[in-house]
Amino acid sequence: MDAILVEEVTKKFRPGWPGLPPVTALAGLSLSVHKGEIYGFLGPNGAGKTTTLKILLSLMRATSGKVEMLGKPAGDLEVRRRIGFLPEAPYFYDYLTAEEFLAFYGHLAGLERGELSRRIDHLLEVVGLRDARTRQLRKFSKGMLQRVGLAQALIHDPELVILDEPMSGLDPLGRKHVRDLILGLRDQGKTVFFSTHIIPDVEMICDRVGIIVKGKLMASGRVDELVSHGHTQSVEIVCEGIKADEVPSITALATRVLQRGRHCLVALPEPNQLEDVLAMIRARGGRLVSVTPQKGSLEELFFKEDDMTVSVRSDTKV
Amino acid sequence: MRQVVVIALNTFRENLRDKILYNLLFFAVLLIGFSVLLADLTIMEHQKIVTDMGLAAINLVGVIIAIFVGIGLVSKEIERRTVYTIMARPISRTQFILGKYLGLMLTLFVNILIMVVVYLATLQVYRAPVPWALLQAIELIFVELLLVTALALFFSTFSTSTLSAIMTLGFYVIGHLTTDLKGIAQKSHSEAVKAVMTGIYYLCPNLEMLNMKGQAAMGASVPLSYQAWASAYGLLYAALLISAACAVFQRRDF
Repeated sequence: MDAILVEEVTKKFRPGWPGLPPVTALAGLSLSVHKGEIYGFLGPNGAGKTTTLKILLSLMRATSGKVEMLGKPAGDLEVRRRIGFLPEAPYFYDYLTAEEFLAFYGHLAGLERGELSRRIDHLLEVVGLRDARTRQLRKFSKGMLQRVGLAQALIHDPELVILDEPMSGLDPLGRKHVRDLILGLRDQGKTVFFSTHIIPDVEMICDRVGIIVKGKLMASGRVDELVSHGHTQSVEIVCEGIKADEVPSITALATRVLQRGRHCLVALPEPNQLEDVLAMIRARGGRLVSVTPQKGSLEELFFKEDDMTVSVRSDTKV
Repeated sequence: MRQVVVIALNTFRENLRDKILYNLLFFAVLLIGFSVLLADLTIMEHQKIVTDMGLAAINLVGVIIAIFVGIGLVSKEIERRTVYTIMARPISRTQFILGKYLGLMLTLFVNILIMVVVYLATLQVYRAPVPWALLQAIELIFVELLLVTALALFFSTFSTSTLSAIMTLGFYVIGHLTTDLKGIAQKSHSEAVKAVMTGIYYLCPNLEMLNMKGQAAMGASVPLSYQAWASAYGLLYAALLISAACAVFQRRDF
């Protein structure tokens, strides 16, 4: 059973004025998220990420299609007991203290007093807000709000955690903290589904990723599969004892030659040129320092999908 | 039920922390200040002026809270997107609406209670009598506030705060003029005017039914049966509005 199953979902918004055509936010979106995995939902601004999340959480109704979470139709109240959610750029009741805030959401999730108190202690510790326990949220920084928002999503120990742009607006340390937290959730066997437009975050922590462009899933699969499939693997050579930029046969093959002191970096577009270039370097008295194959990045794929120039590849129903 | 109570208590706490109770200061100034001023300006009937002013002040402060807090109950949650995290919890939209309404009801009740205590103390100072009619009038003021809150909540489920305030205020004013509207309908020669006025008469709540401040200041009570019918009318109207608010909210996309 998948943790999330979305089949052929469309969402059309009614136009602001009569006579105008409806705006299509989702155009037959299908995706599935397996239990226990971290799934990154990647897409440019306006691609339909937040709309998808809202439909999952029944904040919005799909025009057509089927949505299931943990084997039940989206909107089932019992299922919501097992789901945690953090919206994008969250605004919370700022008159509450961190402790009261978490207690409020814990009560709504049906936690009893004793368990709630233990969960609050634990989560404030996990998100690093133990010292801000009795401070009102209006005095929190953006990063602190994001962290207390995460604690809110986890207060009832949910099986499935849905996060909308959890790293946006955070400094590098804050982002690392959130990444570690998400990885920790997977270690506990939870499923994490998060949307983002920050590619390195996806590359670093996601088991699988889906790329949504203009309301459609253009690609879905494991990050390494998506980036290597159909992409040229370039190679970077670092050598010393030679000025490669003065060797025409090398510069003719390389995409880039950089001389940095004693070292010289030669970037080759194709790995099959490697042996020839190494032979040329040795023939000129140079010494090899390193050879690094350069993988295609998710970023390249993302841009290509955004331009709609790459055919759809997938390991799931796309 | 538990979910409703959690939302209601949080709404009450929000009202307290938003310093809604500061309005009591306004009430005290209004009541004591004007009473003293007017009592000084008039030769007789000091007690009647204080009694009259007190009831009017309780009503005015209550209506201000009911309208201006009521219109933000739901629209503010949507505008600030706090509704996202709440609706993601195991709580139905009906429970959310009921909780918000009960929360403001609790705020109004505490407000009215404190105002009434201050009011009675002021009457004591002026040695004014406290007739049964006074308590009847206060009870009907509270019913009116519940109805006005329901109006504000209903409008706030589908429109902005400003528009909700205008519409609630409009209904409040017309609600006190419905008898006049019926009179206009009866006297008018135009069929269109008759139809419109009669339509408004039946659509708008008859708030004058809940207004017995004038009689109360004179010490004239109404029969208990009237009070019961008027209260039932106000509460039923409020219940219909809350049901309509739930139905509208149920269909909303956020």
